Amino acid sequence: MVNPEKVLAFLDITGNWDPSLALVMGGAVAVTLLTFRRILCLPRPLFASHFQIPGNDAIDMPLLGGAAIFGIGWGISGYCPGPAVASLTFGSYEPAIFIIAFIVGNFLAILWQGPKVEPIAEH
Amino acid sequence: MENFTPYSAVIGGALLGTAATLLLWLNGQIAGISGIFQGAIKMHSPDRLWRIFFLAGLVCGGALCLQIMGPSFTPRDNFSLLLLLIAGILVGFGSRIGNGCTSGHGVCGLGRNSGRSAVATVTFFSVALATTFIVRHVLGGIS
Repeated sequence: MVNPEKVLAFLDITGNWDPSLALVMGGAVAVTLLTFRRILCLPRPLFASHFQIPGNDAIDMPLLGGAAIFGIGWGISGYCPGPAVASLTFGSYEPAIFIIAFIVGNFLAILWQGPKVEPIAEH
Repeated sequence: MENFTPYSAVIGGALLGTAATLLLWLNGQIAGISGIFQGAIKMHSPDRLWRIFFLAGLVCGGALCLQIMGPSFTPRDNFSLLLLLIAGILVGFGSRIGNGCTSGHGVCGLGRNSGRSAVATVTFFSVALATTFIVRHVLGGIS
């Protein structure tokens, strides 16, 4: 999924559709569904004093709006943060440009929203 | 469906899930790249070190894969720089406001049965789908 055109080939459902991204997500979630619940039953992580899990369960406007805006950027470019960082050494300038723009977008969000503190459910 | 690569996709996905599993089990952290990145670059960051290590690992992992398996694709070179910048800004803005991205909400959030993450994931997938459709088939594609 470091190839943005392969991501877009999945998102382009009426085009030459490539379902691969769905299997990437499926493979990843299959693992985390099995492991996360069990891990969170442990008293603490192996090398830290406590788990840091988001404590906010609300489905609110920032969540919906943020996800939608993220989706637009993703749907335009085929990049999201993880693959962009992973493919920095692959020879294209695109991931680096994307990451710089990501930082700018980040900063704009902080200006707009203020330096919010997300509640962490520490356990 | 000519470029469908089911086996490498599932294996790659499983590796991602394993990485998230290890980060949670060993460090107690959620592997949401947008959040990890933001926490790494912000001015006052009490836990900058593990974030830097994780991101460095991400870069090295990618480089290692490229080295071992060789290039699996030719990077496109005809994509509008302006659109790339706009897209990056939107992703940076949206992931902060929405408190997560595909790895945070999609891989980790769904894995821990978070309804909030499920809603976020459905939202950004459907909006991304609609966006790609509009860009490619209504606006006639962009390069």
